[in-house]
Amino acid sequence: MSVQLSIQHLSKCFEPNTPNRRVALDDLSLDVERGEFITILGSNGAGKSTLFNAILGKFLPDKGRIILDGDDITYWKDYKRAAHIGCLYQNPQWGTAPNMTIEENLALAYTRHASKSFFAVNRRDSAYFRELLATLGLGLENRMKTPMGMLSGGQRQAASLLMATIAKPKLLLLDEHTAALDPVTSRQVLKITAQIIAQNNLTALMITHDLHQAVSFGNRTIMLDAGRLVLDIGADERAGMTPRRLADLFAAKAKHLLSDRSLLSV
Amino acid sequence: MYLDLLLSALGQGVIYAPMALGVFVAFRILNTPDLTIDGSFVFGMTVCAAVTVAGHPIPAIFAGVLAGSAAGLMTGALQTVFGVNPILSGILTLTGLYTVNYMVLGGQSNLYLQSWEPNAAGALVPVGSQTIYKMMATVMGKSQSAALLLSLLITFLAAAILIVFFKTRPGMAVRATGDNEEMVRSSSINADAARIGGIMIANALVALSGAILCQQQRYADLGSGSGMLVVGLASVIIGQALFRQSSVTLGIISAVAGSIIYRLILQVAYQIDMPSHMVKLLSALIVTIALILPQAKDKLAIMRLRHGGERSQSR
Repeated sequence: MSVQLSIQHLSKCFEPNTPNRRVALDDLSLDVERGEFITILGSNGAGKSTLFNAILGKFLPDKGRIILDGDDITYWKDYKRAAHIGCLYQNPQWGTAPNMTIEENLALAYTRHASKSFFAVNRRDSAYFRELLATLGLGLENRMKTPMGMLSGGQRQAASLLMATIAKPKLLLLDEHTAALDPVTSRQVLKITAQIIAQNNLTALMITHDLHQAVSFGNRTIMLDAGRLVLDIGADERAGMTPRRLADLFAAKAKHLLSDRSLLSV
Repeated sequence: MYLDLLLSALGQGVIYAPMALGVFVAFRILNTPDLTIDGSFVFGMTVCAAVTVAGHPIPAIFAGVLAGSAAGLMTGALQTVFGVNPILSGILTLTGLYTVNYMVLGGQSNLYLQSWEPNAAGALVPVGSQTIYKMMATVMGKSQSAALLLSLLITFLAAAILIVFFKTRPGMAVRATGDNEEMVRSSSINADAARIGGIMIANALVALSGAILCQQQRYADLGSGSGMLVVGLASVIIGQALFRQSSVTLGIISAVAGSIIYRLILQVAYQIDMPSHMVKLLSALIVTIALILPQAKDKLAIMRLRHGGERSQSR
């Protein structure tokens, strides 16, 4: 196994030298193996999303390095690293262009691998998109000319998931991507997520507030608190893990409890 | 007489149609209020005039278009690279352009497309510069229909190129940037570049209108750009009301149609003795009504619902 993503001593402090000084990442180090699917837990403000934003290049860290597949991407421009990183957010509206059709959205996401053609939407790629959409089992393959904005939240999130993974990214970042969906749709999208990750052997990080999800998906669980890595549970240790025990472990390690939302799911 | 009216409206409509397309690209595709438009219209006009007077009517059109895209580059760079508010960055370019335009016209506020040449007696007399409209008239014989045909051809070409462009990958990147910039930022597309490109295209189209108008009316005037943005918006809104389009292609076609219909409305207004200084007020009214109408409809529907509700309760 080789390391796909290496976070080395990453630190970030927002608004330094002011009363609002906030340490978001505190000497955080993390190695992610190729093909690993890690679930990330942590209370609000623990630095989970900050970690994602650092990887995506939304800001530059104060200290530390980010190595993706052997390349030091710490100072790369955001759109340049986006070519290798797929990302999905909580809000289904963030990942898609609402006034463009499903087909056009996918063609846009597929840009780097697309067949050479004058027009962005071409028959060969569209046939491939249709196949991919069919695997979602939502009937979207028959609505390729529908504007993305007409889809429901779950459908849009599933389509966004395809867009984020269609270019075979080196890393997939999922930031509570099912939190805004109803429980049934959420389960369905999670199932599709696991399926896509497994099929493409993707390396993925998934932020969640649901302890059930955290132990039942992926093959490793980590916990952040105050910008530090406080818990790292590998596959063996996770086998007998229950959400309740996870919550207890976290409470012992962190200075405060998980959010109410997480505890509700115990 | 009615045919004259119609032809006159058509002739003016197609000349201003590229401008409406520019407004469509900025406001509808990019979702950005771009105030550069008033300035880039005049910039296209003045640069075209200067090159036409120098004796190159066809390169003059391209020079005008290039000038417009340069103005767009300025505004786009201010918005993206330097993070200036979109409206303010347009105003900054617009204000700066006034001086530039004045200088392009050689330090005067208007310029006739003519040069001074000695006649047989040796005295200097004005000679009208060659324009693409004159060239077309020489080829076809009839100057009126030649002018109309040429404007139609230019507008048709501009619209066709635009329709095709928005189906290519760079075009789709521009559309996506206007539709959901956050998404584009987290994809591998350079959103800043797409935004700058889109604004350049919008202003190039606006400048194209300024350039062909200047050759058609044979003079350039610094004041001709004021209120152009509202005229363009009126055209886009009228076209939208007619076609109820959802696709970009239909949007482009309806902007051209809107520009022609807008001129038709003006022609009709002139027929009922509207003085020419009313034009701006009329355009502002058209846009205002079009913007208010959907809101007013909703409010009316809610009012009806409320009244209906009261009545049924009191029974």
